[in-house]
Formats: sequence, C-alpha cells, structure tokens
Amino acid sequence: MAHTVVRLPAEQIAPLARLYDEAVAARRRHSLIAAGVVAVCIALSCWWGEVKPSVFAANAFRLGDYFWNILPTLRLDQLGTDLAEWYWNLDGWLKLLADTILIAYLGTVFGVIGALALCFLASANLTRNTTIRFAARRLLEFCRTVPEIVFALLFVVAFGLGPMPGVMALAIHTMGALGKLFAEVVENIDMKPVEGATAAGASWVQAVRLAVMPQVLSNFASYGLLRFEINVREAAIMGFVGAGGIGQDLVEAIRKFYYSDVSAILLLIIATVTIIDLVTERIRHRLISMEAGR
Amino acid sequence: MNRARLAFDPAEQARLKALYPQHFRATDAGRITGWVLLGGMALLVAYALWHLGFSLARIGTGLAQLFHFLTLMMPPDPGKQLPLYMHALGETLAIAFLGTFAGAVLALPFGLLAAKNVVRNPLIHTLVRRVLDVFRGVDKLIWALIYVTVVGLGPFAGILAIATSSIGELGKLFSEAVEASDHKPVEGITASGGGPLEGVRFGLFPQVLPVLASQILYYFESNSRQSTIVGIVGAGGLGLHLAEQIRILEWQKVSFLILMMLIMVAVIDFISSRLRFAIIGRRSVRV
Repeated sequence: MAHTVVRLPAEQIAPLARLYDEAVAARRRHSLIAAGVVAVCIALSCWWGEVKPSVFAANAFRLGDYFWNILPTLRLDQLGTDLAEWYWNLDGWLKLLADTILIAYLGTVFGVIGALALCFLASANLTRNTTIRFAARRLLEFCRTVPEIVFALLFVVAFGLGPMPGVMALAIHTMGALGKLFAEVVENIDMKPVEGATAAGASWVQAVRLAVMPQVLSNFASYGLLRFEINVREAAIMGFVGAGGIGQDLVEAIRKFYYSDVSAILLLIIATVTIIDLVTERIRHRLISMEAGR
Repeated sequence: MNRARLAFDPAEQARLKALYPQHFRATDAGRITGWVLLGGMALLVAYALWHLGFSLARIGTGLAQLFHFLTLMMPPDPGKQLPLYMHALGETLAIAFLGTFAGAVLALPFGLLAAKNVVRNPLIHTLVRRVLDVFRGVDKLIWALIYVTVVGLGPFAGILAIATSSIGELGKLFSEAVEASDHKPVEGITASGGGPLEGVRFGLFPQVLPVLASQILYYFESNSRQSTIVGIVGAGGLGLHLAEQIRILEWQKVSFLILMMLIMVAVIDFISSRLRFAIIGRRSVRV
C-alpha cells in the first residue's frame, strides 16, 4: 500500500512550526540554566575543595600504581607458598572477622529492641498523644542522622577502647533507622483487629501484642535482617576509631603500607559481606513469601 | 476508663472449646519454632556479650562519663574557631557535590556496560557488575583511608572516596533503569537510520534521565552525610575537626560541630527533596 504524505500549505505550517521551535527553545533554555548552575557549583567546589586538575593529572598514575602494589605476587609454580605468604595472618584475621560479625549482631539486636520499644509510640495510628509521638520521632531522627562512627568516637572516649563502644554506636544508630521504618510499617496496618481487641477489652499493650504484632512481625524481621547486612559493613570500619573488629588491622595495614595485607583484608571483608548478603537475602525472600502466602 | 470484659460460664466455654480446638491448644509447631529461634538468639547474645568483654562495671563508669560529657557540651560554642568551621562546612559540601557529580558522570558508561540489553556479551556485563559490586561493597571510609595514603591528606581524598562509592551505587541503579526501559524508541531510531549511539542518545536517555536525576539527588543527600565523616581518617571537611575536638575533649566545640552537621543535613534534605519532586513528581524513590 502506497502512502501519500499530506503537505499542509505554508501559512498553516508556519504557526505550528513556530510553536514547535518555541517549545524546543524553552527546553534548551532550561537545560542550559541547569547546566550553568551545575558548572558554577563545580567551579566553587573545586576552588573550595582544593582540587587542582593539573596536579591530579600529573599524579593520576599513582592511583593505578597503588592498586597495582596491593595486588599480591602470585606465581603459578609456587602458588601454595605465595598464597600462604599473602594470608600469613589468616587465623588472626578470621578471629577479628568473627568479632566484627558479633559486633554487628549485638548492635542489630539491641537496636531492634530499642526500635520495637519506640516505633509504636512514633506511629500516628496507635499513639494519639501528639507530645509523646513528637518526642519519640525527634529522638529517632537524632539517632539516625548522627553517623555511627561519630557515636563510636564519643563512646570510645567514654567507655575506653574495644568492641563495647562499637556495639553501642551501632545499636543507637540502628534504633533510629529501624524505628522510622517500623513506624511506617505500623502506620500501614489494618486497624480492624486493633478495634476488635480493644472492643473485647484489651489494654493498649495487649492490643499491640495481639492485634498489631502478628501483622508486622515478618516485615520487621525483614528490615532487621537488611539492617544487619548494613551493620556488618559498618562494624568493619569501627576499628578505625578503636571500637573493635577487623577495622583495626585494616587501618594499620593501610597506614603502614603493608601492601599485600591491604588486599588480603579487603578481600576477606568483601567475601564476608557478600556471603552474609546472600544468606540474609534468602531468609528475607522466605519471609516475604510467608507474608504473601497468608 | 473501665473496660467491659466478656465472661463465659463453664458450659459455654466447653462448647467453644469443642467448636474451635485449634485456638485452645497451648502450643503449636510455629510457636515452638518461634521460641527455639528466640532462645537461640538470646544464647548468641549472651555468648557475644561474654566474648566481646562487656562488663557491668565498665558500662556503669562509661555511662557516668558520658553523662558528664553531655553536661559539659551545653551550650554548643565554637569559641574563636567559627570561621575555620565554616570553611570546613564548605569543604564538606564541596566533597559531597564533586564526589556525587564525578561518580554520576563515570557511572554513565559503567551503567551502560552493565546493562543486559545494551551489552549482549554476558562476560562483559557480569565483569562490569562485579567491579561495581567491589566499588559499592567497600565502605566509603575505607576508600577515604586508601586515597589519603595515595593523594595525601585533604578534601581531595574525600572527593575520590565518595566518587568511587557513587560509581558503584549509581552504576547499578543506572543499569537497572536502562534494563527496565522500553526498547521501542531505540528500534524506531534504528529503523529511521540512526546508529547505536544515536539510539542511546535519543531513544534511551530521554526515558532514563529523569529517574537517574532523582537518584543522583537522593545519593547527594546520603553523600552529604558521609562527607561529614571522611574527615575522621583525614580526608578533609567537618569530620577532621570533630575527631580532633573529641580527642582533646573540647565538648562545647564537639556539640557545636554535631549541631552544624545536623543542620546541614536537614537543609540539604529539604532542598534536594523539593528538587526531586519537581523532577519526577510525588513518587517515592525506591531505596
């Protein structure tokens, strides 16, 4: 089938074409303004952040050099001994890794307990009293906004070196982060069971326990597991400020240029994090399918 | 408020028990598993507490110390250091902005290479994905520490650290956006004689750019939080002063610096969420 292209007379096309051109020009203007703002911000940041492109270009090869240096020397004909040399301190590192996971676990457990205690107070549908709700929300917000490592710095000074301040820092931050998520879950529940429980004479605590908990438990567990993954990553850096875990050996290796140790510990951390991610992901999928199957 | 309670006479109770035996059983399988799980977790907690050397005495003295510090923190006061801290705040913002920007720019090619429907070769896109995983899986503070040893102390190391992590995060998101995009516009452009690059530029970018822009803004928010702490390992910004003041126990300055961080984060959150809504409307960003 042959198509014929209809061509409108010039006087009809002109206004349409003009409208089109105007629309395109407006979009171009917007993009140009946005690009200009970004460019100004970049220039300001470069000046403020002491970035000198020329210096960077001259030293860029050092980046590659460093990553080349931390790679171990592995020769095929003596692979066993080279590997053994690369992981000379495997026992010590594995102990520290176990510590790291325990720190993350304890921090997550205590954080979840704190979040459980506060999330019902911070959710609009269970707590009618605005003062309590406001206080709970602000407290959670503060705990969530201050980074873990800052809490860790403070606690190391107060409690002394070791895993304890690390656990506490993780617990407080976890409480803030999970409390918000938990409260959102609670605000999305079906209120009918709560009304039923209250109608049958349940107190506030009983209503939460028997009407709210069954609805939110699997979601809470899933969020808790997600947070555990994040906390393992965080626990790995707690050692930077002296709060236990594998971080203390990593910081030493980087600062003292023990090149092969850096890559060995980094690989261990990446492997641990990956394994924990995979395991928790499988558990989470089962939890979610349980939720869907109900 | 006094609550009415339902009370059944014994005969009625027996009738209900006969009707619904499952609700009167003391235990069932699910409940037992629940208790076993809880018991196991509690045991592990006890072991961890013992293994990591928790002691009530230390907790007591530590809490007393902490309370003492809190009283010393009031009121927040920068002393004579205010100009210095303002400069550090600017540095922190610069680290967050440049880090996010550089990360986003470099994430574009990585994201394209990691997308299944752009690069057909499974070897290449899985390899690129693993690289992105490494960038993302190593914490920003570790990157900062590494870059401090490579390029020296100062904000530049922080910028590189934030950028490296952002490549991993944004590259992954970008490749997912590309994979979720509609392929028909690209086919149309190929059909009307466009090359592969034109297909990406006119068929793909208009679809993924709004999504990507909102994600970049979202990461700018989280990077502004992170850029306050890279200073702890010497990579410039507010964290540098914070770590220093905590070490020399200048508590009023510490509380002032924490206050600065909180205000900065709140302001950035406000601005960037407004911008995000302007770009993609009131849809929530998937975290």
